[in-house]
Amino acid sequence: MGAHSEKVPVPEEVPVPAHGSHKPAIEIVESLDVDEAVAEAAAPERDIDVAVGDDLVEVKNLTIKFGGLVALDNVSFTIRRGEILGLIGPNGAGKTTCFNAMTGVYKPTSGQVLLEGRQLNGMKQHKITRAGLARTFQNIRLFGEMTALENVVVGLDARHKTSVVGALLRLPRHQREEKSSIERGMALLEFVGIAEHAGALARNLSYGSQRRLEIARALATDPKLLCLDEPAAGFNPAEKEDLMALIRTIRDDGYTVLLIEHDMKLVMGVTDRIVVLEFGKKIADDVPHVIREDPKVVSAYLGEPEDDFA
Amino acid sequence: MSTTDGPTPLPGAKASQAAADRQSKKGGAGTSADATHKKGLFGAWSEKWQAMPRQKQWLYLIVVVLIAYALPVINPPILSTEPGNDFPLALFSMAVYALVAVGLNIVIGYAGLLDLGYIAFFAVGSYTAAMLTSPDSPFVKIPYLWTIPLAIVVAMCVGVILGIPTLRLRGDYLAIVTLGFGEIIRILATLIPAMKGQVGFQNVGRPPGEGADGIPIFANSNGTPWYWLTLTILIIVLFLAGNLERSRVGRSWIAIREDEDAAETMGVPTFKYKVWAFALGAGVGGMSGALFAGQVGFVNNQKFDIVTSILFVAAVVLGGVGNKVGAVFGGALVAYIPLRFTAIAEYKYLIFGIALMLIMIYRPKGLIPARQRLLAYGQQAYQRVRETSAKKSAVVTEKEV
Repeated sequence: MGAHSEKVPVPEEVPVPAHGSHKPAIEIVESLDVDEAVAEAAAPERDIDVAVGDDLVEVKNLTIKFGGLVALDNVSFTIRRGEILGLIGPNGAGKTTCFNAMTGVYKPTSGQVLLEGRQLNGMKQHKITRAGLARTFQNIRLFGEMTALENVVVGLDARHKTSVVGALLRLPRHQREEKSSIERGMALLEFVGIAEHAGALARNLSYGSQRRLEIARALATDPKLLCLDEPAAGFNPAEKEDLMALIRTIRDDGYTVLLIEHDMKLVMGVTDRIVVLEFGKKIADDVPHVIREDPKVVSAYLGEPEDDFA
Repeated sequence: MSTTDGPTPLPGAKASQAAADRQSKKGGAGTSADATHKKGLFGAWSEKWQAMPRQKQWLYLIVVVLIAYALPVINPPILSTEPGNDFPLALFSMAVYALVAVGLNIVIGYAGLLDLGYIAFFAVGSYTAAMLTSPDSPFVKIPYLWTIPLAIVVAMCVGVILGIPTLRLRGDYLAIVTLGFGEIIRILATLIPAMKGQVGFQNVGRPPGEGADGIPIFANSNGTPWYWLTLTILIIVLFLAGNLERSRVGRSWIAIREDEDAAETMGVPTFKYKVWAFALGAGVGGMSGALFAGQVGFVNNQKFDIVTSILFVAAVVLGGVGNKVGAVFGGALVAYIPLRFTAIAEYKYLIFGIALMLIMIYRPKGLIPARQRLLAYGQQAYQRVRETSAKKSAVVTEKEV
């Protein structure tokens, strides 16, 4: 599949930034060698050579109203397989609302969210997760009284099929799943770099480890799209650098990432494409270096130049 | 000192490094000692228990179980409730309370659903046993032992019926609603003619078997066989509860208790598992009700008041929310104290009230605050992590030397 999409270079579909610092989404499959072993252990059934470049998620005319307040106004964008899409905007622009609508926390007033052509809105949240859309939270929401490994295994359970009776009587499937979940859970912790804290309670972990654990837990559900809600909030520059590397590795392992972030440096440095929201409307959708120059985006963040008011 | 050509650290620097190492080691030891101290006696026990090899754990367990079975025969002088109350009967009521607490612990301790009307399921179990065995009842009669599984099924159905509408509520609202249906069952027993209100059912059935003298083995006044029966059931239930704990079911419950929204987002079908928790808890409650009805031999609507329901919750909280061993301990204690200290039995609610307040202040996680293990093969994994990190630190120190 990967080879096929590589052979068809369609410049309109695939963002190719002029800056050398970015790899276009199409090259991802080639740069897959470093973490393949870990990725294989973390998700053995996963087809790593996914087709990159085709539409994975489509957000169509999404509108959300809270009473009279229009939080999201007719927003449409697509997320392509294998890319890191940034969703940015000033405070209150509707980023998290959009996120919540996609993951089923809010019901959209109108519009659709499609994952591989399958409509997600209207589905229950846990079914959306099973359909392949996982998220982290802006304010960390781990299961504090569970160990790091147990937290990850809760995510893995989303793919498990043991019934209550099966667990009660310790039937073979239960034992098989339990064994494999230990292996995969440890591999995921290894992947995000906190394996040595596997036995620690989540609430006792350091802030940075908690953020990483949230990412591992979300990855455990084996998502097609991983949504990160401000994963770098509260990080210092060095930690942000590490996180950027981690997000890139995740993408290189064949996951698609949607990233909400305030930190412009992080967003510009890691994303393939950026959607900008302001007051619930989409004002721009392009590759990072174009977004950086976009007067509408600049004015949204910095305000209009004074002479424009005259 | 090393004989290699590499740069030799300054002697002073090395000494200070060593001092720092010692300091950090001391600090580490100190904090762990503090932690043990904070966890108290039971916490230390629980850690020791976890560190034991499996065979040793089994050995200790078998000894404890044997002692538990032997208790009514030994009738130990200080522990015994005699002459005030018959000791085997006291043990039976302790075992029933322990069973109730284990069932309620699934609802409150694992899934975090505050159920103040658990007595309803106990009542359903009691009435199931009474109405299908007592000669006073107009229904079909079946052997008593069959009513125990039947009581589980009926109580589970009631649990599901009550759970589906109410489990959409959370926290305090759920507690208020459950408080309501505890009362509903009792009032239904008064209103429905077939349930015979205060008159109740006499001569509830008992397991078969007669002694040499023609007196049934499971006579109402003979607590020992009833206690052994209940204890056996309790042990089976504890094993099954342990299996659930270390599975995706237990993990889902704890995840729901910790953060319901996050659990849902992680793919846990929260509503389904809340209903399961309710149903399984109800099943255990119903079973204890059937056992209780069989031993006492008489069921009417007076026994299932809301105060008893609160006492069940007190048993769980007292023992340690979320910990099944704690629940057994709490349940047994709540039943034991008024029977042992008959002089203060009248004030038992006052005493439990004060005890609960003190526990909430000084030991908010209950008397036995052991954390539940949620992975069937977790110990091996953690062991491996400890080994690799020990290896790593060994490599580091080697490099330093």
